[in-house]
Amino acid sequence: MPAFTPPPLPSDDKRWKIVSGTMRKNGFARYALIETLHTVQSSFGYLDDDAIRFVAQSLRVPLSQAYGVVTFYHYFSLKPPGKHTATVCAGTACYIKGADKLIAAAEKRLGIKAGQTTSDGQISLMTARCVGACSRAPVVLSDGEVAGEVTGGQMLAQLERWAVE
Amino acid sequence: MTIEELEQIAKSVHQENEKYDFEINVCMDLACASQGADKLRAAIVKAAEGSGKKVLIRKTGCMGPCSSGPLVRVEPEEVLYHHVKEDCAGAIVDSLGGDPVPALQCDLNDHFEKQVRVVLENAGHIDPEKIDDYISRDGYKALLTALTEMTPNGVVHRITESGLRGRGGGGYPTGLKWGTVAKAGGELKYVVCNGDEGDPGAFMDRSVMEGDPHRVIEGMAIAAYAIGASKGFIYVRAEYPVAVARLTTALRDARRRGLLGNNICATTFSFDIEIRLGAGAFVCGEETALIASIEGRRGTPKPRPPYPAVSGLWGKPTLINNVETYANIAPIVRNGGKWFFNMGSERSKGTKVFALTGKITHTGLVEVPMGIKLWEIIDVIGGGVPDGHKLKAVQTGGPSGGCIPAEMLGLGVSYDALMAAGSIMGSGGMIVMDDTSCMVNVAKFFVEFCMTESCGKCIPCRAGTAQMYTLLTRICDGNGTMEELELLVDLCGTIKETSLCGLGMTAPNPVLSTLKYFRNEYIEHIVHKRCPAGVCNIEAPVEVLA
Repeated sequence: MPAFTPPPLPSDDKRWKIVSGTMRKNGFARYALIETLHTVQSSFGYLDDDAIRFVAQSLRVPLSQAYGVVTFYHYFSLKPPGKHTATVCAGTACYIKGADKLIAAAEKRLGIKAGQTTSDGQISLMTARCVGACSRAPVVLSDGEVAGEVTGGQMLAQLERWAVE
Repeated sequence: MTIEELEQIAKSVHQENEKYDFEINVCMDLACASQGADKLRAAIVKAAEGSGKKVLIRKTGCMGPCSSGPLVRVEPEEVLYHHVKEDCAGAIVDSLGGDPVPALQCDLNDHFEKQVRVVLENAGHIDPEKIDDYISRDGYKALLTALTEMTPNGVVHRITESGLRGRGGGGYPTGLKWGTVAKAGGELKYVVCNGDEGDPGAFMDRSVMEGDPHRVIEGMAIAAYAIGASKGFIYVRAEYPVAVARLTTALRDARRRGLLGNNICATTFSFDIEIRLGAGAFVCGEETALIASIEGRRGTPKPRPPYPAVSGLWGKPTLINNVETYANIAPIVRNGGKWFFNMGSERSKGTKVFALTGKITHTGLVEVPMGIKLWEIIDVIGGGVPDGHKLKAVQTGGPSGGCIPAEMLGLGVSYDALMAAGSIMGSGGMIVMDDTSCMVNVAKFFVEFCMTESCGKCIPCRAGTAQMYTLLTRICDGNGTMEELELLVDLCGTIKETSLCGLGMTAPNPVLSTLKYFRNEYIEHIVHKRCPAGVCNIEAPVEVLA
């Protein structure tokens, strides 16, 4: 049987080399699918069709299976994120401390639903299942930075700063 | 690496530490970090440099009372400071050798007095990124003792003797599980650590992985020796990037020290661990789904038997335990099974770590002996419900658990007592609710969680949770009827009995337990069209923060 040669990189974008590196480190084994998709998402911010196709071919996984994995796990996103991301934690402790009101307020201010990005691509509003900072509930991540005991005013002020940037 | 070498490292760490007159430990866990612990630490370093005093400044994992953060502990005086701001750094350094700073000193004696620290014994005392810090506190001694002085059977026997039960929530006897995998045939076996911590509202496992990662690795290595495995996996949520980084560092250091790899401690035992990232799926906490996810597939559960102990990862016998279970192993091997057996209640041994959150004064991480009364945790350790509100219920077990009403706070915390009360021990989330929480709405919250997290493989869970959610939404909106309530109860029974995995089987628990203790709230919504807690939006417009 001829040795398997992985497909060429989709473009000369250097980030593909990082993706390819993850697969090589795992010997192009099929079980590396989730690891590799993590690398794509951390490098590119999201997973587009080209990326999923490239990873599926490289790991010899049926495209349907790769797509199935991408859509099964919440962590993977098929859409590019906005320039800034506000993630409201929707875990139980945050819910008890009023995270639902924070989400409603942000949705009203931005005119989008949680999980969407403003039409100018400036702000994404996301929810997280739990970031594990429950003792400081309610928690909001502003571009990944954790803030605890967040009030509606604080969160809206942050959105305001991002919106006028 | 031999025991003598291990002791030598511990000795040199102690000698090194003795060069300093003082130690300042700064908690760098997520809660403290989100309150500026990083800048605080930098300020302390700067102040210490200018003072001419010999001070060792250490970054540590979670110290416990997160609501009092950022936290700083000064040794050898054993003074704990709370709410330490950056500009207090100078005062703390100046006070070294004299009287402590009274304004920053916290009185948490009640908070700590009732706690017993086994899993968290190192938390707040070691730098999680330094393997030698762990070794200096008897780290890896249990592993090397097991390898050189005990047979694999002897290790299994000691764990069985300790009475340790799985800390992931189910409470299956750990020794029994180890014995089953040890007896399973075949050359290749796996050890898996479940660090998925799917319960939203719990963070014990994150704190252990971040604050004391070597403890988990040591527990896994001992398990591998006991069952005859040579390969391990730690499955961690991708939402915990710090835990992943700390574990990666810890694994690298353990390999360098010869505590992982080939022929550990010059024996025939070889073992190594890989990290696998989760990707945000609650169902992956279920063991067969977790296995599918490690194999790079969608995390859908499979019917059991065969149990993973017989046919798990790639069809091989696989031992799966939770982070906290592994964290208990080294102390048990070190101190003996009887030592552990003597802690706790009749059928639940040892201690349990809880993430105490919600409407409570001292939120944070607590470790208590099994059998402790709920009121001791809430009123004494937690400091009660703040702002003059009245306690309504305590939720344990997350989306698979239930709500225990305030009248039942005399309940002792054990697997069986919580189960009898309609909840479960769970992995350790403990969320306190006061009179501003609507129990119907809480049930709806959990059912919505299970509905979105259902993997969709079996119909009772996929369709059933969606129907439960519809019914609960109708009740919360004031549109429900008594017939629908009956239908809801009936549906709960069906889902509980016919679902494929634990997610579905336990999804009705939040509804059933709130119905059991707070039926009047359901009736209020249905018959009187009002929400007693004022949470549900019946008629009145949606309350939105502006």
